[in-house]
Amino acid sequence: MSNKIAIVGVGESDEIGKVPGKSSLQHHAEAAYNALEDSGISIDQVDGLLTAGYSSMVVAEYLGITPTYTDSTNVGGSSFIIHIAHAMAAIRAGYCKVVLVTHGQAGRSARTKAVADPAEPGAQFEAPYGIINAPAAYSMAASRYMHIYGEDRTRDAMAEIAVATRKWAQLNPKAYLRDPMTKDDYHNSRWVAWPFHLLDCCIVTDAGGAYVITSAEVAKDLKKQPIWVLGAAESHDHAIISQMPDLTSPISKNTGARAFDMAGMGHSDIDLAMIYDSFTYTVLVTLEALGFCKPGEGPEFVANQRTAPGGDFAMNTSGGGLSYTHSGMYGMFLVLEAVRQLRGETGARQLTSPKTALINGTGGYLSSAGTAILSV
Amino acid sequence: MNNYKKIIPIPQGESEFYWNKTSQEQLWLRKCNRCSEAYFYPRDISPCCFSRDTEWTQSSGRGRLYAFSIIYRSPNQGFQEEAPFIVAIIELEEGPRMTSNIVGVDTPSPDKLRIGMPVTVVFDKITDELSLPKFILAKS
Repeated sequence: MSNKIAIVGVGESDEIGKVPGKSSLQHHAEAAYNALEDSGISIDQVDGLLTAGYSSMVVAEYLGITPTYTDSTNVGGSSFIIHIAHAMAAIRAGYCKVVLVTHGQAGRSARTKAVADPAEPGAQFEAPYGIINAPAAYSMAASRYMHIYGEDRTRDAMAEIAVATRKWAQLNPKAYLRDPMTKDDYHNSRWVAWPFHLLDCCIVTDAGGAYVITSAEVAKDLKKQPIWVLGAAESHDHAIISQMPDLTSPISKNTGARAFDMAGMGHSDIDLAMIYDSFTYTVLVTLEALGFCKPGEGPEFVANQRTAPGGDFAMNTSGGGLSYTHSGMYGMFLVLEAVRQLRGETGARQLTSPKTALINGTGGYLSSAGTAILSV
Repeated sequence: MNNYKKIIPIPQGESEFYWNKTSQEQLWLRKCNRCSEAYFYPRDISPCCFSRDTEWTQSSGRGRLYAFSIIYRSPNQGFQEEAPFIVAIIELEEGPRMTSNIVGVDTPSPDKLRIGMPVTVVFDKITDELSLPKFILAKS
């Protein structure tokens, strides 16, 4: 039997966007239910549970399962891409056969707020200065990129990405923001953290997502077409932003190269790129790190709405974290969209017979990365 | 002092010396004796060589602006009341980078700052026990 690994079920929580009254855990559970239903696999067959945000104990208890393999790796929004690699390793090693990966976050409507451990270096050495959220950290990285590669062309690129992503969201009925956006709208949106306008920043929503990943043996008899994992890699090179080795060169450079290598593929083989867009800048610098273009050439790469519907580089076709949904740890939704595009299930935004998708998650303060390459 | 609404750091065992020194208006770094590299944040085992042979060394307090952002919106009320304010990564003369605020710039705007500008440490006494090292643009 082949040792290939496939994603065989995906699902969001019942409602996403602004969902008052549902907790993060409920979003986990609904998404788990919907992903299992999509796969046709019963909860009784799930023997691996991978999650982030909550401990797998908390999620497993809610779901009523007793897994033989558990993993609560939380390295921020990239966690659910990293879980692909972990699930693959665990299944191949025989620790489990059917893995459920869940995410849920009431980013907008949660009634309680998680508090950072005050003993952590970030709480001690960065938070007292007001670096207490992602915009503060990522905007500093963007300022350095602008300094090195030119402010105006960087600004243009960020506007291109924001506008192109919104065009995709307009084709996605589940997207939170679907109003038309022009470059003027982008430039006129208020400052959040210079150099970031409001429209450089991801939205904040309530959402859950889940996928089911298993062996070729289990995948062959299921109701949906298996989507194969060809390559997967993970890493992180810092936690707090001052310790990032190079603000313009995230660790995706390492994970991307390894994922391509494992898949035996090159950039021209990729039909869809799902790139974590916590901010427009995240996309710009990640495309460079992944080697789709050289450092500093991102602005030309995304110019002229190249990543918009009809453009020749299909990227973030769900509408991304910028316009579709961003519950806090968005990486899960990159997986969902890639799988649905490869299956041909995405309606008005469907690409023409895509065969391969690259997913790249970024977590923390440009700290962690997970890259995966999927194919039909 | 009691009405300080922003985040107050809680010194840990390894960093008590650092915070004691900032309250005396001095900036000290931890240094690895194996490779002679100073590093930030202060901890007993060095990140460069994973060496236990480390010691404290005083920083000149001079550095350069490495990256910055002007914060207009903060989820913390104390910070929001002071917006817009400047957060920055400073590259110290001794090598390490640390985050801080650039202070003393009236009505912060990007044209008043340039990456690479020389900066000098100042100390902001936020409680009886604690002072935060911050930076001003140096006269060049």
